[in-house]
Amino acid sequence: MSAETILQVRGLSRRFGGLTAVNDVSFDLTRGEVLGLIGPNGAGKTTMFNLLVGIHRPSSGSIRLKGTETSGLKPNRIAKLGMTKTFQNVALFQESSVLDNVLTGALLHHPVAQARDAAHEMLRRVGLDHIAGKLAGDLSFPERARVEVARALCTRPDILLLDEVMAALNAVEMEEFLALVRDLRKDGLTIVVVEHHMQAIMTMCDRILVLNFGGLIAEGTPREVAHHPAVVEAYLGKAYTGDHGAH
Amino acid sequence: MTQGLQAIVDGILIGGVYAIVSSGLSLVFGIMGVVNFAHAEFLMVGMFVAYFAWAILGLDPLIGSLIALVVVFLAGAGLQRTLIRPILKAPPVAQIFLTVGLMFTLENGALLLFGADYRSVVTSYQTESLHLGGIIVSMPYLFAFLMSVISGGLLWAFMRYSRTGRAMRATAQDPMAAKLVGINTDRMHQIAFGLGVGLTAFGGAVILPYLTVYPTVGSQYVVLMFTVVVLGGLGSVAGAVVGGLAVGVIQALSALVFPMQLQNLVLFVVFIAVLALRPSGLLKGASA
Repeated sequence: MSAETILQVRGLSRRFGGLTAVNDVSFDLTRGEVLGLIGPNGAGKTTMFNLLVGIHRPSSGSIRLKGTETSGLKPNRIAKLGMTKTFQNVALFQESSVLDNVLTGALLHHPVAQARDAAHEMLRRVGLDHIAGKLAGDLSFPERARVEVARALCTRPDILLLDEVMAALNAVEMEEFLALVRDLRKDGLTIVVVEHHMQAIMTMCDRILVLNFGGLIAEGTPREVAHHPAVVEAYLGKAYTGDHGAH
Repeated sequence: MTQGLQAIVDGILIGGVYAIVSSGLSLVFGIMGVVNFAHAEFLMVGMFVAYFAWAILGLDPLIGSLIALVVVFLAGAGLQRTLIRPILKAPPVAQIFLTVGLMFTLENGALLLFGADYRSVVTSYQTESLHLGGIIVSMPYLFAFLMSVISGGLLWAFMRYSRTGRAMRATAQDPMAAKLVGINTDRMHQIAFGLGVGLTAFGGAVILPYLTVYPTVGSQYVVLMFTVVVLGGLGSVAGAVVGGLAVGVIQALSALVFPMQLQNLVLFVVFIAVLALRPSGLLKGASA
């Protein structure tokens, strides 16, 4: 794996009135790494994602993507620079077909005709080509989540942020998704995952950051984090041994 | 029988124009969520642009309509950037005050510049008509209809197949998701507003051969435009086409039964009935 630092976050904070949702968080991300972001509900994980992709402006701190300062930039500019995210509640273009949804992502780097080919290719890769003509609003939640991932991938990001994308997947779908992540990683994609499913997080991540009340309380390999006293107290309840499933 | 057929033909010809002038209003609402009360004033601006293109340059209003489209598109894009964008996230009442204020400004600005005179153009086909069996088709009405059909077709193809059209539809459906795939939604709003008012100006220009232009001409159309877009489904351009044709035909047919002054009575009865039975309009949907 290359040691290139692709993302550098320093002293990042975001306050909403009297509430500090993210408090002085710093970390680096290496190209090709799969990083997990965990913590209890309200820990600041989604706010962190929103700061990284430009949905929220930081109250203070710095975000550098491939050496370019992105804090304060709009999400479309950050997407062009190579970082995008999926939504916890899945945000598709409901009145468009699956193909059109994914094609819209591909338009970032391709003219329409080539974007269509790229979209078909991506749908084949994520196993959705059989529903390309279906209306996005008619899909099941797991299908919607996969379409959103496919659309985000079509923007050819360097860093993809996945916000609880496995929430509604069954065991088979989850295994398929983990295989996709492994596959994407081989291509050099850098992935940050917010997920409550501990088994999935422990399996796919190289490194995990743990947030609580907006602050970074631990950082390390899955094994290190699973036995970290602060993490056990704030989130896991007991040391994670890998013999239990969700939560 | 012939009278009824004649009324339907007349209704379709005028309805096609209603469709194109109203589709701009629907486009702006569908993509930006802004109800533009000044929309009909851009029809007046388009008529004046085409009138002066005829009076000064000797251009037929059907050619002048393209100038009107470009001029008002640019003006609309500029207005969106300077006046509309700052109030997009403001409460709806701010949008209402702004667009109503814009309506008065445009109307009174035209009065100040051009006076209250009625102006009309002279064209070679103004009094011409086609006779098809017992049906008479007025040439200016036919040309206006054909121009509306062509522009409507081009708008449909633009929205459906072009990169910008796809980005505008994505923006209409989910602006945040659109931003995250790299779409500049501010730019899309600007294009949508420019295109919306530009199309209305275009529609104003193509009806100039059979109507007169004066600063308050927009007020004749404002209620009709809103009727068309609500009837078809607010935010749906396809709905505006259906609504426009429906309004044109209802107006023409009701004129057979009622005095001319009451032709809108039937229209509004149908309008209320449609809203009662299908509150979202004849064609549902937020995207263009």
